[in-house]
Amino acid sequence: MKFKNALSCATILAACMFGSASAADLTIGFSQIGSESGWRAAETTLTKQQAEKRGIDLKFADAQQKQENQIKALRSFIAQGVDAILIAPVVATGWDEVLTEAKDAEIPVILLDRTVDSKDDLYLTAVTSDLVHEGNVAGKWLVDTTAGKPCNVVELQGTTGSSPAIDRKRGFEEALKGHDNLKIIRSQTGDFTRTKGKEVMESFLKAEDGGKNICALYAHNDDMAVGAIQAIKEAGLKPGKDILVVSIDAVPDIFQAMAAGEANATVELTPNMAGPALDALEAFLKDGTKPAKWIQTESKLYTQADDPQKVYEEKKGLGY
Amino acid sequence: MIESALRFGHRLLPQLVALTIILLLIWLVFPGFFALEIQNGRLYGSVIDILNRGAPVALLAVGMTVVIATKGIDLSVGAVMAICGAVAAASSVRGDPLTVTLLLAIGTGLVCGVWNGFLVSVLNIQPIIATLVLMVAGRGIAQLVTEGAILTFNDPGLIFIGSGAFAGLPMPVVIWLVFGIAVTLLVRRTALGMLIEAVGINRRASTLSGIQTPLLLMAAYMLSGLCAAIAGLIVTADIKGADANNAGLWLELDAILAVVVGGTSLLGGRFSIIASLAGAMIIQAVNTGILLSGFPPEFNLIIKAAIIVIILVIQSPRVQAGVTFLSRKSVR
Repeated sequence: MKFKNALSCATILAACMFGSASAADLTIGFSQIGSESGWRAAETTLTKQQAEKRGIDLKFADAQQKQENQIKALRSFIAQGVDAILIAPVVATGWDEVLTEAKDAEIPVILLDRTVDSKDDLYLTAVTSDLVHEGNVAGKWLVDTTAGKPCNVVELQGTTGSSPAIDRKRGFEEALKGHDNLKIIRSQTGDFTRTKGKEVMESFLKAEDGGKNICALYAHNDDMAVGAIQAIKEAGLKPGKDILVVSIDAVPDIFQAMAAGEANATVELTPNMAGPALDALEAFLKDGTKPAKWIQTESKLYTQADDPQKVYEEKKGLGY
Repeated sequence: MIESALRFGHRLLPQLVALTIILLLIWLVFPGFFALEIQNGRLYGSVIDILNRGAPVALLAVGMTVVIATKGIDLSVGAVMAICGAVAAASSVRGDPLTVTLLLAIGTGLVCGVWNGFLVSVLNIQPIIATLVLMVAGRGIAQLVTEGAILTFNDPGLIFIGSGAFAGLPMPVVIWLVFGIAVTLLVRRTALGMLIEAVGINRRASTLSGIQTPLLLMAAYMLSGLCAAIAGLIVTADIKGADANNAGLWLELDAILAVVVGGTSLLGGRFSIIASLAGAMIIQAVNTGILLSGFPPEFNLIIKAAIIVIILVIQSPRVQAGVTFLSRKSVR
């Protein structure tokens, strides 16, 4: 860690001395929700990496899942006179006041991976993925892979009522529309967890003739898929061959499963939200180019053909 | 002997009737429910799933019953499961031998129990507050151990606890059956059970009559911690990874519910571990039944709540008194 710090100091110093990087003297505040999931930890790591790469001084504040902490962090960033603020808002409501304060102080605010319901002139832009599109990409992969052959699909939903569960379900169903060979025969919630994913898959397998009736599994996140893969194996079937497995998020463990041939495809929810955000910010600060109000991140599809072992090694160190 | 067996049967009657009705209902919705087959040298079927998936709550219910009998409650068991699972995974990843891993996890559970017991019996803090401390803090501790990620391991010995089989039964089933019976024998074949009930009914009177109340309370919370540690090992081994965020989440409530459905009063005093185990199986049967039935997930909690309300109504003193009244009438 010390070495890393020293390194980052050195880069900043070097950047200052040569005065080459325009962003060198930027100070940016980043208010992160907390560490609710591995994905968020990876987002934090990548944001820090991105800042370091561009020679930005990043002030990091962990809100521990509380909005009042985020508002406090934002106020302290404003008081310190930072050049810009990145925030992953924990909830959608209640931001008007503090965003207005930031606007009055002429500090641009960029939202990461979640949005707020405030008027859109209170922030510069929002960088998020499109959840419906993610479900769509997963559905398209299944449509292409089955190529018209009849296929019964079981679905592991996220937490009932959560927006990723609703949108990823809708996107998947949209992709399947018009392809009558694909039928969703069972759909239950696995609460985004491995344990529930495994338990629910066990019951799917029992209910559908020991799994002989199931040709594909669609899970709203990789963790549920990893749990379900274990259930499929314990039922004496081969995941990835007897039952196709497609899921969303692209966490490291699913790449291990893909390398072992037990999972087929995953759609990446990229933790690199800061990259596009900082690109937009640098352009804005340089010559005032206003970015679009919504920057959509890429929902990349990974399959077994994409050297999953290599991707696993790359992602392992990100803190997932 | 026969009389005591009859009395025991009468005590368990509401739970057994409820369980039978639920199983029959599931069978109506899903005809293949009772089908059993041998696969990979073990029994395989939905009924086995209920026994297997109900293992964590069943184990927690054992400890929770004893704690509740002392007029206490242990809200921290879910978090303790997460801590112990995390400790086991971390130890396994570090390359410790299996015995060390298991001892560390179980030791951690006992330490958590000592902490709760200390707050309750020595400092005299109300149990619901005392155990709330660890319930809130525990998940943070577990996350510190796993460093926020799902910590996966590959030790076949540890995995065996979650998904291995012994005598045709999944390992978790064997563990909770053996453990439940052992604790039942321990408290019922010795005076321990009676002492626990005495403390639960009147702590001062028990102390005055010479019972080592602080020691007994400490032991009750340590047992609860031990149960949570074993349950934590099972869920961690089951998914081959420690998920500090989700392992045992809300299971303390299911465990309390199992005890209540089992007919033990939250006011302390008389208790039955076997009835709590039956309660745990009722809850799991409802969960598994909902999954098999194919209803949309929006209905899960509503169906579960409705069934539990019905069971609790049947068990309520008023309805029980009515049933007893009617049955006496018909016998005479």
